[in-house]
Amino acid sequence: MSSQTPTVASTESRHVGKEEILAARSVTMRFGGLVAVDNVDFTVHSGEIVGLIGPNGAGKTTFFNCLTGLYKPTSGEVRFSGQVLPPKPRSVVVAGMARTFQNIRLFPNMTALENVMVGRYCRTSAMALTSILRGPKYRREEEATRARAVELLDYVGMKGQGGHLARNLPYGDQRRLEIARALATDPKLLLLDEPTAGMNPQETRQAEELIFKIRDSGLAIVVIEHDMRFIFNLCDRVLCLVRGKTLIEGTAAEVQSDPRVIEAYIGSPDSDDEASGSDVATEGEAGNA
Amino acid sequence: MTYYLDQLLNGLSLGSLYALIAVGYTVVYGIVQLINFAHGEIFMIGAFGALSTWIVLSWVTGGSTAWWNLPLMLVGGMIVAVLTAVLMERFAYRPLRNAPRLAPLITAIGISIFLQEFVRLFYGQIPGFPDAKAAIPFPQLEFFTGPAIDVGGLQVHRGNFFVMAALLICWIFLWWFVNRTATGRAMQAVSQDPDTSRLMGIDVDRIIVVAFAVGASLAAVAGLASGLRYGNIDFKMGFLAGLKAFTAAVLGGIGNINGAVVGGLTLGVVEAMATTLIPGQFGGPAWKDVWAFVLLILILVFRPQGLLGAKVVDRA
Repeated sequence: MSSQTPTVASTESRHVGKEEILAARSVTMRFGGLVAVDNVDFTVHSGEIVGLIGPNGAGKTTFFNCLTGLYKPTSGEVRFSGQVLPPKPRSVVVAGMARTFQNIRLFPNMTALENVMVGRYCRTSAMALTSILRGPKYRREEEATRARAVELLDYVGMKGQGGHLARNLPYGDQRRLEIARALATDPKLLLLDEPTAGMNPQETRQAEELIFKIRDSGLAIVVIEHDMRFIFNLCDRVLCLVRGKTLIEGTAAEVQSDPRVIEAYIGSPDSDDEASGSDVATEGEAGNA
Repeated sequence: MTYYLDQLLNGLSLGSLYALIAVGYTVVYGIVQLINFAHGEIFMIGAFGALSTWIVLSWVTGGSTAWWNLPLMLVGGMIVAVLTAVLMERFAYRPLRNAPRLAPLITAIGISIFLQEFVRLFYGQIPGFPDAKAAIPFPQLEFFTGPAIDVGGLQVHRGNFFVMAALLICWIFLWWFVNRTATGRAMQAVSQDPDTSRLMGIDVDRIIVVAFAVGASLAAVAGLASGLRYGNIDFKMGFLAGLKAFTAAVLGGIGNINGAVVGGLTLGVVEAMATTLIPGQFGGPAWKDVWAFVLLILILVFRPQGLLGAKVVDRA
């Protein structure tokens, strides 16, 4: 599988006419002898919400990290808007892909507003010297950055909370703030890694509304989630990974009714516990990277 | 009484000098967790840059020591210091970004020796420049040097005022830069979480260069101030000053800008006071370095995070 050459796959017929934003072809990621992601194909079209599910250690976060340039896939390629991006997180963000994290990774000692403004940084021309000399262009840009950050806080439902330090915010707000910070980079594709982890049902519902609202504004979204009701309410399409391999890809209804998905989550009588144990360790490592 | 006030003032001005250099250690440490032991040499190069600017100017002005030389010397010193620091980062530290922490530390010591010897051997080779193998007299500018000023019975050296004012201005400026500009915000972000910053589209390498440049500018201010206050500069002035400034940065809590300022002032005052207050054999100027480093040892034993290390919210 490692020697497989990337091939341009044919577009699925039911998405004809929609712009293909992200196309991953035969992505494989190995860590030593362990194949965390094994030959996965994945496509996202504009204005679409795609779910990524799978039991713990299935390689979801590792796959995310391949998409966002944190890891360079061992083989296969990722095209974004038709272009292969260099495996540098910064160029991935500039190209228009933004993400949130499984474990919240805000800048804890900055205010909520500043966190969002940091997200804007890659869209400004701010050079160190111009910010010292404070030319009119710089001042306009700084004003625009602040205004946009305030707007985004409103948008995710955190109006008037910009002054609080990120680490003092309640958990649900921290998750929302991460989304606002990701939106500040003006993405075309938003990748959410377990956006409702640890949320109560009410917070989950609010998150769901927020994600719909973002989709309606024209962004494509990829979401990793364990909450199946959330996934099946939200997603146009769902990809289920098990031990790094694609188990099934289809509409929410198709995936929901597939017996293999249930088996993957709950396990069959002859499931190999040792193998899944080592998979869990991989995802832990990926999350920390 | 006047005597003690006098010593206090001396301590504060010496401390301001330490603080200006210590900020360079702390800013770089805050961003890359690297102790740049060659930073003392940047201070020395800043002083030589300022001197060179004056020498070049003197070819035109015939050696004028008017006050307006100062801003030009400052800019000259800053350019040379920043250039040196940026080149050092690019060619010595960046290739070692992912190396074990011991590697950049030893590299820093190597750069430090290289820069000292480079100045010692080559400065005098430039036509028109004095030989740098011994101390070189620093131009004494009108207004910033000269007769001491009488402040309520205290005779205060003018250089003392200059260095304290310089620290105050630089401190305010730095606060503003870190907290109120886009680049400063990016610096804070990188110091809090470099990996996430990279994923949010911040060019971390550029922010590191900015950190080195900011530290070098302040070191150049200190180099100029030191020349004005002590009247001469030499190629090894960066060694002890750098070590003391590092002590100050650790004292205040490394990684913390306010800590570097507080640590620098504390160290300066302790040195000056120890010289004055400790009687007999262990007092006097000969022992001031001993007391400075005793303070460092005490801090490392009893409060290793430094004076402001734990509580402070903003590290950058």
